Amino acid sequence: MEERLLEIKDLHVEYVTDEARVFAVNGLDLTVNRGETVGLVGETGAGKTTTALSVMRLLPDLVGRITRGSIILDGIDITRATEADMRLIRGEAVSMIFQDPMTSLNPVMTIGEQIAEVLHLHEKYDTKEEVEHRVDEILRLVGLPPERKGEYPHQFSGGMKQRVVIAIALACEPKLLLADEPTTALDVTIQAQVLQMVRELKEKLNTAMLLITHDLGVVAQTCDRVGIMYAGEIVELGTAEQIFQKDERHHPYTVGLFGSIPDLTRKTRRLSPIEGLMPDPTDLPPGCRFHTRCPHRMPVCEVESPRPSYNGGHLIRCHIWDDRRCSQ
Amino acid sequence: MTEQATVNPSNPVKKRSQLKAIWFRYRKNKLAMFGLALFLSLVLVAASSGLFLDYDTQVIEQRMRERLQPPSSEHWFGTDQYGRDVFARVVWGTRISLFVGVFTVTIALTVGTLFGALAGYYGGTVDNVLMRIMDIFLAMPGTILAVAIVGALGPGLVNVLLAMAIARIPQFARIVRSAIISIRGQEFIEAAKACGTRDGRIIMRHILPNAIGPIVVQVTLHMATTILGVAGLSFIGLGIEAPTPEWGSMLSEAKEWMRYHPYLMVFPGVAIILSVLSLNLIGDGLRDALDPRMKN
Repeated sequence: MEERLLEIKDLHVEYVTDEARVFAVNGLDLTVNRGETVGLVGETGAGKTTTALSVMRLLPDLVGRITRGSIILDGIDITRATEADMRLIRGEAVSMIFQDPMTSLNPVMTIGEQIAEVLHLHEKYDTKEEVEHRVDEILRLVGLPPERKGEYPHQFSGGMKQRVVIAIALACEPKLLLADEPTTALDVTIQAQVLQMVRELKEKLNTAMLLITHDLGVVAQTCDRVGIMYAGEIVELGTAEQIFQKDERHHPYTVGLFGSIPDLTRKTRRLSPIEGLMPDPTDLPPGCRFHTRCPHRMPVCEVESPRPSYNGGHLIRCHIWDDRRCSQ
Repeated sequence: MTEQATVNPSNPVKKRSQLKAIWFRYRKNKLAMFGLALFLSLVLVAASSGLFLDYDTQVIEQRMRERLQPPSSEHWFGTDQYGRDVFARVVWGTRISLFVGVFTVTIALTVGTLFGALAGYYGGTVDNVLMRIMDIFLAMPGTILAVAIVGALGPGLVNVLLAMAIARIPQFARIVRSAIISIRGQEFIEAAKACGTRDGRIIMRHILPNAIGPIVVQVTLHMATTILGVAGLSFIGLGIEAPTPEWGSMLSEAKEWMRYHPYLMVFPGVAIILSVLSLNLIGDGLRDALDPRMKN
């Protein structure tokens, strides 16, 4: 068994507003081992970003709240750490790449200053020269010429900005990198370059990564293990091979997701999207969250929440594959 | 890795600053440049007046034999009812007015920025308490508020400064608060938090530099209104006391002689107009230069 870096147990997150209580994450279990890449896939609103923000403990003030569960990062329980501890953890043990590189850089600071700031915050180096030297080194690592460190974000293209964002995230060599749709805002060729670079850097620095995306293609290229998220739960979790293997057992939602993307090897006239919409997170259906859209719905699905069933480390949360039920 | 190929690696680190871009846009505005030239010459006059004027003998000493002379080569702006040279007094008044303007705005800016930043950044109760206090001040017209404060503390330079500053704190607090709220929600602030940056540092390094535009514009415009306000207070006898040559109090003294010696009123009046005009022109020019949508 590899050593666990991040262990999320029974995580519940709520957003409380004046109008309603939004149940964003409902009992999520997930582990990330050292050096491993885990993908988190799901529709918009499935709670992927909320999960990542919980690990950083950056849920919006006054609104977002972790109501139950624990997040153990490298032996420290994030849900119980003080704000001062969190500041040391953020950037040093875990850092995050945000979705949109256009807006995640400060427009009035040069990129060199922004990279140097992380190093400064975590007191990595004593002298200015050492910091500058390290900034050059990191820029070279992400494929940017160090000569451009005196320039401002608006002087860079989108792909280059994302490289800067990645440089900032990796500056302190964190153990865990949370990448929240890092390539969604980039066009496809740049996307491939950035992914390639992230993979290489991960290899070099032995960083674990939690990759949040709704792009199954990105997952297939990058991830060791994949979790499929629906309405704040992980409905299926397995190695990338297990998830992408067509003739394996799958959760009906996973089947639906794969049915929604075009397959180059088969001739189909139409894609088969999943009917309906994600349930309203303020008013989740009882039983299995997916039963309102599931093509294999059974009476039990409407009343009883399915227990996870395991098949060689491959987790599925569905009544159809629950052996205990099948044997009855 | 194709993107880096476009840059010649032997280039030295280049830092093309935002300031340069702003200066480039500002320079194209002729009126704003006129305002800046005017203001700089006023600053020069204020700074050098101490070198060629002696306060005790040339600015406030009374020479009754030379009283009420019209402008001449000896007394460029004439003399007042106590025989004091009006030119010397107007020049000295520049020191007073600029000092009052700069000092008042500095206090109001510092305190207002602090309140506005706390209210805007933390929101919720902090915001409500601070901004309701500011609202109480805003509910009273600035001049009335200043009159009330000076009335309570008594006239004099320091009290006038305080009164003018207190009356302007809420305005700065509001501007800074709204600027902070619009920037606080942006992703780079979240990214800064994700790096472990402290709140104070986020406000100082990441939010305020991005809000500097509207704040700088307010600073120049408020300096103009402060100079005008102090002149107004002095005119009604609540400001800086005689014999200090404040432009407002000079106007006040001159109004009794207006019929036969109008020059006594004209010169301090023109000085007030020029200083306020120059600051307003600078403020307008900066507003245009700092607005990125005006970029061309």
